[in-house]
Amino acid sequence: MAEDQGDIAVDIDHVTKRYGDFTALADVSLAIRSNEFFTLLGPSGCGKTTLLRCIAGFEDITLGAIRLYGDNIVDLPPNKRPVNTVFQQYALFPHMDVTRNVMFGLLRLGQSEAAARKRAGEVLDLVQLTQFADRLPAQLSGGQQQRVALARALAPNPKVLLLDEPLSALDLKLRQAVRLELQQIQQETGITFIFVTHDQEEALTMSDRIAVISDGRLQQIGTARDIYEEPDNKFVADFIGETNLIDVTVAGIDNGQATCTLPGGNHFTCPAAQGAHSGRGHLSVRPERVSLSDPAQGLLTGTVSRLIYLGTDMHVDITLTDGEVVTARVQNSAGTRIPAMGETIGLNFEAGAARLLID
Amino acid sequence: MAGLGPTGGRAARTYAGRGPLLILPAWVIIGIFLVLPILIMATYSFLTKEFRGGVIWEPTLAAYDQFFFDRGLFGDEQPKIEWTYILIFWRSIWQAGLATLLCLLIGFPTAWFIATRPAHSRTVWLFLITVPYWVNLLIRTISMKFLIRDNGPMNQWLLNAGLIDEPIHIINTNLAVQLGLFYSYLPFMVLPIYAAVERYNFALSEAAADLYASRWVTLTQVIIPVVKPGIIAGCILVFVPSLGAFLAPDLLGGAKNFMIGSLIEEQFKGAAGNWPFGAAAAMILLSMVLIVLIVYARNQDRESA
Repeated sequence: MAEDQGDIAVDIDHVTKRYGDFTALADVSLAIRSNEFFTLLGPSGCGKTTLLRCIAGFEDITLGAIRLYGDNIVDLPPNKRPVNTVFQQYALFPHMDVTRNVMFGLLRLGQSEAAARKRAGEVLDLVQLTQFADRLPAQLSGGQQQRVALARALAPNPKVLLLDEPLSALDLKLRQAVRLELQQIQQETGITFIFVTHDQEEALTMSDRIAVISDGRLQQIGTARDIYEEPDNKFVADFIGETNLIDVTVAGIDNGQATCTLPGGNHFTCPAAQGAHSGRGHLSVRPERVSLSDPAQGLLTGTVSRLIYLGTDMHVDITLTDGEVVTARVQNSAGTRIPAMGETIGLNFEAGAARLLID
Repeated sequence: MAGLGPTGGRAARTYAGRGPLLILPAWVIIGIFLVLPILIMATYSFLTKEFRGGVIWEPTLAAYDQFFFDRGLFGDEQPKIEWTYILIFWRSIWQAGLATLLCLLIGFPTAWFIATRPAHSRTVWLFLITVPYWVNLLIRTISMKFLIRDNGPMNQWLLNAGLIDEPIHIINTNLAVQLGLFYSYLPFMVLPIYAAVERYNFALSEAAADLYASRWVTLTQVIIPVVKPGIIAGCILVFVPSLGAFLAPDLLGGAKNFMIGSLIEEQFKGAAGNWPFGAAAAMILLSMVLIVLIVYARNQDRESA
């Protein structure tokens, strides 16, 4: 990805959206790069769909600006914005066959019947629906309808394609197949995708970058690796995957490294998120990065309070002396010592596996 | 049964076999109150008229002959097409058609307005639409006459507001009949369109806007085609009774604006009546209505095929 400013496709500039007293988006700023597969991730009601609808023009924003390749588009109605949307429930025109659905936008843009038909054929080929071109939407399966919706939105070759949880209505198997297809289509067409989902796995596997949103606020932006391995705050750490949040006292932060005291009194130095401060705080440690040892050698010690066998690995809950519970995922490989219930045990993790969060 | 789910499936099995019995009351009612009267009317239309009303049981085509052909005063000239009744039919179709159009123009936005209100206030709006229909049709038609007459409240109001200089003459014109029909049958337009619009998925309008459609294109190419079944149902429900109406044309239209309903009504009234002719006119009206419905049904079949 190029880093220079000329490559910004969509610039969300201090956008606030209020409905009466309710703030759906609170001062959100983010820049989506050209040709990027960008995901807005968050729990339902967090404002991610609202943001997408603001870009499409279905909602007016209360404050701020939305720029598309430098042009402020907030005053343009949806039919004047060069972006297209794949709707959550597809919203295919039920009285038009597949080809007519795909041609709809092209005809509105003033293309001739013949040109629109030709382009529709190309796009249907791209989504492998050529043989269904004459069907009505009601005669297609959910997965096929989803691809028609995609074809219809891609046909006008928009500068930016907005996808509003397009996979949520599909069953698991299909969802996984369509993920790969979407990624492939994004790479082939070079169109900037803005993808909204509440499914972290979807976000992690498909996106170039992810913006995590909660309560109308932007929590963190980064690659899948960034937000999983270096979460900034408790929400991100907890929402993306599983994590242990360990109460610590931070003595000081120097050069991005926090010196803290763990429960039980051991001292520990680990990376801190930008903006973390000293005093009371939380460390995030992923369960799979926690290893078990003799009590004497552990950074933390506690007793095994729960064991769940999961096949490839084992989920072990350890209750620390202060009552906090830390979870470890132990690989079920040859030679692994399986702890017993009630056993006193030590817990270890590397400095790189822990991160002091912004509280 | 597809889509009913397990409960629907079980219910269907439980009641299987009782189907014929359950449908019996419907058949009895349709038989006694629909099929039988039509058969009687069809029979009467082929009988000879009795001068003080009633019929003589002698089969003849005289009634239909009288409707379509003019054989001169003594019935011995070369038959010519008799235009009087055909014109009355044509005027009825025209009047009913305009009334339907008027109902559609007012009814569609009304139905759209109601269907886009919050769920709880829709019931209130629908209720308000039906309130005038608790009053007898005759009373309503007569009040319409008072409302629109030359020195009635409508003209008074327009005069006082300075919108017109002299009263608009509406009473005893075609327009009065159309207004009367419009007022009589508006809810039959509003309700089916409301039902269709309520099911309309507004994401379709967003999709159209997203694909560069103006509001007008969205209305004509997406909304109207999708709610079309409701529009057609409404048009049929207004057009068919308007075609046979006799109260509005009688009370509001005056002698010049005679419609089929009045023609038929007269044949069964008093000594001047002619039952076979009235029955024949009614049968011709019925056939026309059936043709409209069959054409519509065929259209539907072709679209869903």
